[in-house]
Amino acid sequence: MLNPKLKLNPKMFSEDCEQVPIRKGFGQGLLAAGEADKNVVALCADLTESTQMNMFAEKFPERFVEIGVAEQNLVTVASGMAAMGKIPFCSSYAMFSPGRNWEQIRTTIAYNDRPVKIVGSHAGISVGADGGTHQALEDITLMRVMPNMDVVSPCDAIEAKKATLALAKTSKPAYLRLAREKTPVITTEETPFTLGKAEIFWLPEVGMAEVGIIVTGDLMHRALLAAKELKAEDVKTKVMNLSSIKPIDKDAIIALAKETKRIVTVEEHQVAGGMGSAVAEVLAQNYPISMEFIGIQDKFGQSGTPDELIEHYGMGVESIKKAVKKVLERK
Amino acid sequence: MYLMHLTEEKIKELEIKANDIRKSIIEMLLEAGSGHTAGPLGMADIFTLFYFHILRHDPKNPEWEERDRLVLSNGHICPVLYATMAHAGYFPIEELKTLRKFGTRLQGHPHREYLPILENSSGPLGAGLSQATGMALADKMDGKDPEGKQASYGASKERFIYCFMSDGEHDEGNTWEAIMLAGKNKLRNLIAVVDRNNIQIDGFTENIMPLEPFADKWRAFNWHVIEVGGHDFGALNQAVEEAQAVYEKPTVIIAHTIPGKGVHEFERDYKWHGKPPNKEEAKIALNELRTLGGKIKSEHQ
Repeated sequence: MLNPKLKLNPKMFSEDCEQVPIRKGFGQGLLAAGEADKNVVALCADLTESTQMNMFAEKFPERFVEIGVAEQNLVTVASGMAAMGKIPFCSSYAMFSPGRNWEQIRTTIAYNDRPVKIVGSHAGISVGADGGTHQALEDITLMRVMPNMDVVSPCDAIEAKKATLALAKTSKPAYLRLAREKTPVITTEETPFTLGKAEIFWLPEVGMAEVGIIVTGDLMHRALLAAKELKAEDVKTKVMNLSSIKPIDKDAIIALAKETKRIVTVEEHQVAGGMGSAVAEVLAQNYPISMEFIGIQDKFGQSGTPDELIEHYGMGVESIKKAVKKVLERK
Repeated sequence: MYLMHLTEEKIKELEIKANDIRKSIIEMLLEAGSGHTAGPLGMADIFTLFYFHILRHDPKNPEWEERDRLVLSNGHICPVLYATMAHAGYFPIEELKTLRKFGTRLQGHPHREYLPILENSSGPLGAGLSQATGMALADKMDGKDPEGKQASYGASKERFIYCFMSDGEHDEGNTWEAIMLAGKNKLRNLIAVVDRNNIQIDGFTENIMPLEPFADKWRAFNWHVIEVGGHDFGALNQAVEEAQAVYEKPTVIIAHTIPGKGVHEFERDYKWHGKPPNKEEAKIALNELRTLGGKIKSEHQ
């Protein structure tokens, strides 16, 4: 059942569940962060509307910098602004930032330890029709391997808004990963959110869970659907929302592994180096158990609808259920 | 304004200081056993002029909020930055001998984690001007650029952001992205100084990737361009005064320097870009600089 303590959206499994793009939550969060703190500034590389920075840009034109299609400049200029006391949010598509400008982020933001917030929109395969060049499937890896860098991948628009507000208050560099498509709203304004803390969204009504499903980003809705269907088949699971990939909530992950002895990770990202790898690093050192990884298996994407692509690359509800059963069968 | 015309007396003082800094550069590179020689020697006069005449800064209070900012983009010439900072009083001159050694604050390329009083970490080329542009934009937003909207607000109105760059790093696309943005935003509080020494690791810039017509390229991006000899304190100082007076544009000072300047054997030879002197070469260099130092003193007497 849905964790009653978290006040999740009770309508999330119904046909008329509200769907909002995760990036929109970022746009709302940035506007609110800008209202709360005059040092919050925004920079964009010619994608102001599609990264939802337009709300901030319209309200605070004097605090918005249009960089043009120049992602290397986007993050390095932001570093300079941060050096003068600003809290810059710089947005583009994840494929270009941090995809194209990784070294500039490493040297001028992470190595320099400047509180720049890099916002990668249109991350994951669900970008859809634009095709493989625009589907960032490696960005979590790129950013989490960087010292000083926090990484957050919200599961819906409401969480994205909270994450944006929280990141505006930290003095650290951070990467915020956003998806393009409309995503079912899973959380509510009352759902707690703390950077670095994982939450259990789904749990058995009685007794212990047999498998822990750890999810980051917009596949959360599919993971919860899988958990619900598994419950009907008498498979008890817990579903963890790991939106903060770094810092990672080691205690929560170890506690889940101790209870279930089996973990399935779910992310719209390459399996190599992504969130699942981060979980595996924690567990291999602290509590080694059996794992399955849902994600892209060393492939580039292609054009298609988000649903087609998620099914094709093995990240749909059935694939998640199959992975749970596979890990259950393993002794 | 904080700039004053240079008196004969001040020029002599700067020449002696630059000579001392060059000696420190040779000594620290010899001790380190690796590092760059040509660039640091070539930029010694410009660094000296800035740290001992132009910059509004306080070595005893390096975090002073209202200080000018100097961003070094081509971090590999950091021996001249470290030596100049030490001679200016930021840290003991003795510490220069720790360059590139384990545990040092003076990392092979500047790193703020080890030496937080640096304005930026650097090394990978092409990113410094963007950072300086970001700083200048932030000041402009806050009305802290010269004659900005809060010009009467106080001391901050005089703050300038300087960026020292190499000519070779104009091969980097990132450099031109910054030039374009600063030109667009008419950042009068941003002054770039390019070390036009014509060499890079693989050879002469005009053979590796031609930059000429260099000044025209900057001009085309809406910058005010001043070309000046990079070892003439009077002319350099005038160039900075002019740059500070330009209202509608950012300014680039293209400083024509001689790589390896001060040590005849090292001058104009790109092979000195990325290697340090050995014991024998250092001895020759130090002797030459000592003789030159003596000459400066006697000439001015």
